[in-house]
Amino acid sequence: MGYEPRFGQSPFAIAREQAFEALVKWGGYAELIRLLRDQLAVPVDEAGVTDLTEVGGDTNPARRAAETRSLLARLASGNDERLILDRPLLTLEVAGQTAYLEPQAVTHRVGGKFYVAEIRSFPAIDGQTNPTAVAQTAKQAAVSVLALRRTFEQLELDPAQIAHEFLLICPKDFSNRPYGRLIDLRQELDALRFQLTRLRRADDLALALPPSATLDTDREEGELDFSVGALDAFYTPGCLSFCEMARYCRDEATACASPARLGSTVRNTLPGVDSTRTALAYLGDIHAPGLTEAAAVDRLRAADRLRQLRRGDVA
Amino acid sequence: MSTLGAVATLRATETGHAERLTTVRHAHVDERPFVLVPLTLAGEACAPLAALCGTDPGRPTLLTVRQPRNRAERFRFVERLAALLLPHIEECRTSETEPYTVGRGADKEERRRSLRAPQLLVPGGESIAYVRLLGRLTRLRALEGPHAVDPSVPALGKWLTWFADRAEFPGSCLLQAMTRLLSAHWATGQSAAEDSHLAALLSWIDPPDRLTGAEAAREAEDPQRFPPAGPATDVVFDQTLYDLMSRYDEAGDDHGREAVGRQIDRELYGQMLPTWDLMWRGVDLLLRLPEGGHVAERWTYDRRLFTEFAAYLDDDGRPQARRDHAVGAARRLARLEEAMARYDAERAFDDPLVMAEYELTGEAFTGVVVARDEDRFLPGARPLWRPTITVRSDLPVRLTAGKEIKCPARAGQKAEIVEVAPEGDGSTVVVQLNGGFNRARKPPAPPGMLAEVGETVTYTSVDPKSMPFALPAEEDTPWTHGGPPRPYEPTDEDAEEIWE
Repeated sequence: MGYEPRFGQSPFAIAREQAFEALVKWGGYAELIRLLRDQLAVPVDEAGVTDLTEVGGDTNPARRAAETRSLLARLASGNDERLILDRPLLTLEVAGQTAYLEPQAVTHRVGGKFYVAEIRSFPAIDGQTNPTAVAQTAKQAAVSVLALRRTFEQLELDPAQIAHEFLLICPKDFSNRPYGRLIDLRQELDALRFQLTRLRRADDLALALPPSATLDTDREEGELDFSVGALDAFYTPGCLSFCEMARYCRDEATACASPARLGSTVRNTLPGVDSTRTALAYLGDIHAPGLTEAAAVDRLRAADRLRQLRRGDVA
Repeated sequence: MSTLGAVATLRATETGHAERLTTVRHAHVDERPFVLVPLTLAGEACAPLAALCGTDPGRPTLLTVRQPRNRAERFRFVERLAALLLPHIEECRTSETEPYTVGRGADKEERRRSLRAPQLLVPGGESIAYVRLLGRLTRLRALEGPHAVDPSVPALGKWLTWFADRAEFPGSCLLQAMTRLLSAHWATGQSAAEDSHLAALLSWIDPPDRLTGAEAAREAEDPQRFPPAGPATDVVFDQTLYDLMSRYDEAGDDHGREAVGRQIDRELYGQMLPTWDLMWRGVDLLLRLPEGGHVAERWTYDRRLFTEFAAYLDDDGRPQARRDHAVGAARRLARLEEAMARYDAERAFDDPLVMAEYELTGEAFTGVVVARDEDRFLPGARPLWRPTITVRSDLPVRLTAGKEIKCPARAGQKAEIVEVAPEGDGSTVVVQLNGGFNRARKPPAPPGMLAEVGETVTYTSVDPKSMPFALPAEEDTPWTHGGPPRPYEPTDEDAEEIWE
């Protein structure tokens, strides 16, 4: 569609991530087990690990998900087996579709609870990590925890066995040594449950589209453009940092002068005004604001007048 | 962002050009700042990759690490950076000094401070974070043992840490990010997230001919023309670099390796040069703005802190701790709040466009003097001379009687509101002047000390000279708060970090 996404990961970052994950799992997952012992006071017994990236040479997601379920059922139903699941595959209904999730590891039961573990290659320097990166990881972990709970419910097991904390593993300081901390997920879990109930089903979204609509990227640009244009977009500047469609939506937002494209602070000074062109027309006294906008517009007009008065001879 | 800022942003979307947020420059910008454009290797914790730096726009020095996975090469990079920055710092330290006094009365003390201090300019906020990390990486290194480094490495680390610490304080200009400096003075018609892109921000402020700022900013987003300002690198460029570095490692002989190495240098130079030029264009634009009234005073304080830290390094020289102790953190927070309040107030006093925000929120008013009573005395056993002026403001005044106020034009004069009466759309305010007459105790007031009828005056409840909240001295920390904190002692563990 003429909007080349500028995302992807640097080969350096990928190499680093793989190297760190390999290190955590090296020597029979020695580092992972050490961190579990440190953070969760796991008894010193040896633990077994099942690698679920494939099941008997089969990498089919459905097969892996089924294997994960049966292993979880076995572990949760009382058999005191010390088994860590490496890359289990979980499923979760999102907007009417089945999504597959792959947490890095789920621990065996510790004190009656199962824990999700996530391995990341951003560093913890003097015990502090990049808050954005942690928040992102926590969000992912919360989705896994939720998926685990749903799985337990389906298996008629007690979902309270899933811990509402997860183990974050990242390199310590400037070295490669793994470092781990438990992070509480209750807030993320609440937010996530709320968001999932509000998500519109993909089927419903599709119904609103004209019958000829397509999202097939091999089709003609005009056709694709038409279909994407028919979908509602809620662009904010934050989209630029992660969404491949952000530049497309930004052009759309600029074309219709959406205040949200200028960021939330500007947006918040314009309550009830859905276009910057309208706002400017209010300032120029071309339009009279309605009752709901009057207070905000009065303030804007006062600010605009003060700006003109105090600018002096500044260009 | 303030409401005035939001209006400026709206106007910018209309005109397609950046709008001024201030009438003057509120930051010190050195004639010869030390500009540093750093790049880091993706995926690693502060792995220096390259830097373009120096104080001469025409002659940047290129520093590169051809194989960042090699620990020795990384520290070679730090040594080379130290060889550039430390002499610059030393030059400022040994520059001429001026005397100043601290305290008053019996505690009065004469000290000296340097007339020059180094100013470090980086492209964006992320580069400040990088400076902090590089400081943390290097200041605790050991000079002996298995991972010994050159003495210049921890020395640079201590300075970088100090710069990064000061960068948190509003009003301090020792380490500044260009995007922050520019967006403090101009509003663009794009979001704050987009303003953190140096090339796009400058395009709004100073677009090339025949283009509006909005158009130029969109073009400036092309990473081919303007690679990211760093320290993070462009993903597509990383692929090129990855291939080159692999060839560097696999090169058969020194000759071949050197050839690939030079190619790596060229590529990295090409990535940083556009940002380097943008940095100096920013410096140029900022220097063209007239300087605000309090800027020199704040830079004087920066120079004093610079002199003090240099003296500390000579006397004691222990590196900054990994973390602040509780008492230190509390003091730091208090100082940060105080600096913020003072900086905001000073900017408002220096700049009517900034003061306008306080007028809008009701913390200031501007009007014309319509009457004055020069011969007013407060009754009492010894009548006090307290002249008043009556100010007519077009806008309603929300400050109330009894409020202490000050006027930027006569900052030394204390005043208080006696009466506020609504009149039409605006208000009439009677202001009593409580001093600032050059010690005169009776009329007439010395010339210029009392506003004339017809003069436009601004009064505000904001005061840059308000006394900060005082915490007890560190050595007087009560035992309930753990007693005086123990100074930081570096341990062997600090320096012991495995690099793989």
